[in-house]
Amino acid sequence: MKKYSVFAIAREAMRGHKGWEEQWTSPEPKKEYDVIIVGAGGHGLATAYYLASEHGITNIAVLEKGWLGGGNTGRNTTIIRSNYLYDESAGIYDHALKLWDGLSQELNYNVMYSARGVMMLAHNVHDVQVFKRHIHANRLNGIDNEWLTPEQAKEFCPPLNISKEARYPVMGAALQRRGGTARHDAVAWGYARGASARGVHIIQNCEVTGIKRAANGAVSGVETTRGFIGAKKVGVVAAGHSSVIMNMAGVRMPLESYPLQALVSEPIKPVVPCVVMSNTVHAYISQSDKGELVIGAGTDQYVSYSQTGGLHILQHTLDAICEMFPIFTRMKMLRSWGGIVDVTPDRSPILAKTPVKGLYVNCGWGTGGFKATPGSGNVFAHTIAKDEPHPINAPFTLERFRTGRLIDEAAAAAVAH
Amino acid sequence: MLLIRCPYCEEERPELEFRNAGEAHIARPTNIAAESDDDFEKFFFIRANPKGVIYERWRHIHGCARFFNAVRDTVTDKFVMTYKAGEPKPAKLPGAAK
Repeated sequence: MKKYSVFAIAREAMRGHKGWEEQWTSPEPKKEYDVIIVGAGGHGLATAYYLASEHGITNIAVLEKGWLGGGNTGRNTTIIRSNYLYDESAGIYDHALKLWDGLSQELNYNVMYSARGVMMLAHNVHDVQVFKRHIHANRLNGIDNEWLTPEQAKEFCPPLNISKEARYPVMGAALQRRGGTARHDAVAWGYARGASARGVHIIQNCEVTGIKRAANGAVSGVETTRGFIGAKKVGVVAAGHSSVIMNMAGVRMPLESYPLQALVSEPIKPVVPCVVMSNTVHAYISQSDKGELVIGAGTDQYVSYSQTGGLHILQHTLDAICEMFPIFTRMKMLRSWGGIVDVTPDRSPILAKTPVKGLYVNCGWGTGGFKATPGSGNVFAHTIAKDEPHPINAPFTLERFRTGRLIDEAAAAAVAH
Repeated sequence: MLLIRCPYCEEERPELEFRNAGEAHIARPTNIAAESDDDFEKFFFIRANPKGVIYERWRHIHGCARFFNAVRDTVTDKFVMTYKAGEPKPAKLPGAAK
């Protein structure tokens, strides 16, 4: 792997940019690997990268039915934060946030992590109480989060409407300054490049159609559209399709998959300097470096794999955006899209071993998995390499739905699900 | 937006009048306190989540307010049929290969 640097740019400028190499290779699949990762999104590629860089396992294939980073990695609104209520969630999301800081240097790839601050608006007394509880819980866990008055919120984000005449007036806000955004595609590409340079095979257009198990029940490999590929360890990181893949091994999951939509506006000059989220009116917004307003909507109410959702969901979100930012009422929206998110009953992810020996699962990130990408890959790699969970992901088991030891972020997440 | 046929009102109405109520044909245990942890997990948390034909409950909340069942393809979001609550799971779907 050639290092990217200002000198590399200068050198290539001198010779017509003929010396750039492919960021990752596209090898033919081998007959057998030590580890197979199903799904080449951010979480899967990060898992492969950390298996190679931290655990010395490089005989890995990452199988992707479509193209690299073409699922939810390329479809989210790139928001990063770690101000979750419960200790378990704080542990895993802040582990990720610490890795975001410095990820561009580690990968030698600009993932454009921008700690521009994530501000969550409170519109009623209940919101105020809940956010203040969050702030105290976060501080006890060493996570920054602070309370802003409406005036301070407007100072932090000038286009915000804090008029008392609004239908849902802003009564304050919780601000996590370390939160922000990153370039979603670059995260997948950076991890892919780093993994490929360490010998990981990234195999696109290769759909897993079955999971093979040996006589003793353990995993022996996967059937794919490009033939059988053997492996003693298989990690499933397939987002909305996780339950479909796990069913192939006979494991039924506590998951339901819903469409989640997002949209972007025409590009305009910098106007939104941070991420603004609102649970009560239900919208979140930031501005990309290209100038587009990036707006996230809610999920549809029904199970679907269609990667599209109802127009009324987007309309509802834009109603909320116009409520928060009346100056955007005449903006044009350029495009919208949907992704399929796998939601658990307690809205916390599952990163764990499974009842099948050699089969591991990293799923259930629901509507907010992007922010966790580095931390999720990091601890999932540990789980696969050591055949036991890292202390950070130890609570995120599959068994918690039987034992009742839930991590009930359902009521604690920033936006309603 | 989906167009959903309510089997009680006997007409297609926009999705906004309806509330999805999750997977259909999950029988509530008659003696829930006696359920084992495994069975309770299956009843309460485990879902089919199929890519393809799903059997699900809907409620015509802004219409007749009644629950009913529907068969839908989760890839195309097209409804195959709807039928009244309490009716058995259809053995054969209309339009399905013989």
